[in-house]
Amino acid sequence: MKTLVYIDHFKGDVQPASWEALGLAKSFGSASAVVFGSGVDTVAQAALEHGADEVLVADDAALMDFRAETYAATLTALASSHGPDLILFPTTTRTRELAAMSAVDLNSNVITDATGVEVNGDKLLVTRPIYEGKLFEKVIASASPQFVTIRGRAFPKPEQQVGKSGTMTKVEAKTDALTTVEGYSVAEVGVSLNDAGVIVSGGRGVSNNPSLQPPAGMDDKQAEIWRAQQGFKLVGELASTLGGAVGASRAAVDAGYIPYSNQVGQTGKVVAPDLYIACGISGAIQHLAGIRSAKMVVAINKDADAPIFKVARYGVVGDLFQIVPALTAAFKKKLGK
Amino acid sequence: MKIIACIKQVPDSEAKVRAEGGQVSWGDAPLVINPFDEYAVEGALQQREAVSGSTVTALCIGPESAKEALKHALAMGADDAILVSDPAHLTGELDTVGAARVLAAAIQKIGGVDMVIFGRQTLDSGSGLTAAQTARVLGWPMLGLAGQIKVQDGSVTVERVIEEGRQSVKSNLPAIISVVQSIGEPRYPSFMGIRKASKATIPVWSLSDLSVSAPAPVVTRSELMSPPARETTVEIITGESPTEIAEKLADSLIAEKVL
Repeated sequence: MKTLVYIDHFKGDVQPASWEALGLAKSFGSASAVVFGSGVDTVAQAALEHGADEVLVADDAALMDFRAETYAATLTALASSHGPDLILFPTTTRTRELAAMSAVDLNSNVITDATGVEVNGDKLLVTRPIYEGKLFEKVIASASPQFVTIRGRAFPKPEQQVGKSGTMTKVEAKTDALTTVEGYSVAEVGVSLNDAGVIVSGGRGVSNNPSLQPPAGMDDKQAEIWRAQQGFKLVGELASTLGGAVGASRAAVDAGYIPYSNQVGQTGKVVAPDLYIACGISGAIQHLAGIRSAKMVVAINKDADAPIFKVARYGVVGDLFQIVPALTAAFKKKLGK
Repeated sequence: MKIIACIKQVPDSEAKVRAEGGQVSWGDAPLVINPFDEYAVEGALQQREAVSGSTVTALCIGPESAKEALKHALAMGADDAILVSDPAHLTGELDTVGAARVLAAAIQKIGGVDMVIFGRQTLDSGSGLTAAQTARVLGWPMLGLAGQIKVQDGSVTVERVIEEGRQSVKSNLPAIISVVQSIGEPRYPSFMGIRKASKATIPVWSLSDLSVSAPAPVVTRSELMSPPARETTVEIITGESPTEIAEKLADSLIAEKVL
């Protein structure tokens, strides 16, 4: 199996699932990493250190910004000349578009969000969640090259061997563009939900702290959001103590407490942390589907009948405004932080 | 501007979706417009309001019953709707490249289109590929995951929501755009809209109307599985004080090695 692994990065920051894809490719035989961008020697070197046998690099000022059409044309040309059986990607906003377009060019097909990939003779068997994780399908892929994007945290991450050397080969960049990147406003995103080992999430319950007195002059809705933001501060403090990410239920997002990008479950993200702590989340079916791959769920809710307790390993029936800060303090003490 | 909103019909998100005899079953849950595509219709209607003289056409591939999803778009305010349906040739689920080729042909048949808006992904397969693939088939620019769309002097600028924050990207029209929830809450169907939708005649185009042949799928499903049931019994942690409960819970989680 000849495999190319696309290393996705933003200004040199590699999406960690890229390394997981590289580890997976190595389990099938040799793997060539593919790195596009401008001034990407560090990324290419990191690819070697994470197990790539060689790195194919398109380094061009015109590839400074990700643009689906230039990156896809570059990948299509590269795949045409190298003839891989399989091209693996981490699943990110960029790789969905890149793989989508290049697959059209090569009359192939993309399987996204893979949680399992097996090679059986010349066939690939890929497992992926559908219906927001309510079901999984196993598909047989016969296209060549087959494009597969893998879900973060579904495959082991290879150890980095610092200083490992290998071949770096320059490949041609295709630079005919249809779009212009005008600029960025880079948010302070912290740990991403897709890569987080621990996620602490808040639901509608985070706005229900009666002991808080909102500043004067707020109407009811403003006061509710203000209360919720105080609640999410507690959620955020626990998350950062555990090196984790902050999530939210759809109810909390729809109520305007926190941006959509934090949403877990229906019309949000399907996540797979080792530990998921749900604070003031009742556990709607869509939310439960989104956290099905979490290894362990902890529920903190004042309603003992909330459905979230049915999927939880540990539960606390109580006031999250007392429990969450106490939990943060307990972890700080016990983990020596 | 001539604006197209591409939509799909899917089982309601509340549905208890199960594997039954190798097929997906959603019981008696209703089929609805894909929730992400309501944002596409909303985005299209916002652009119609922003650029005078614009029209919005909702476009869907699906069985005859998918007209109900198109009627939802009409009730929200779309001017007209087109269903691509060909049960004799489109058997089973189209893969995304196949769907993109059919949609591209429909967009070309409509003609004079300035902007095509998709939702970010569907609730069923959830690949999120079709918009970019339609753009590639047409050779049009792709502006993905837009949280905001602004048209000025024949070009369009979107604020694209990516992992690292927002990226502002510009292209000429016509363009393909996919939208995320930040575009704004989808409006509710109005009373007038619902009346109009109930009376609407929705044209149905077959593959031969589009001069495309049924795309052959390159992926076949071999197995359908329910996710492993979570074998867990909840242990409720109790104590005299929040501190005591928190200490016990922290000890348990440290012992479970999930941190």
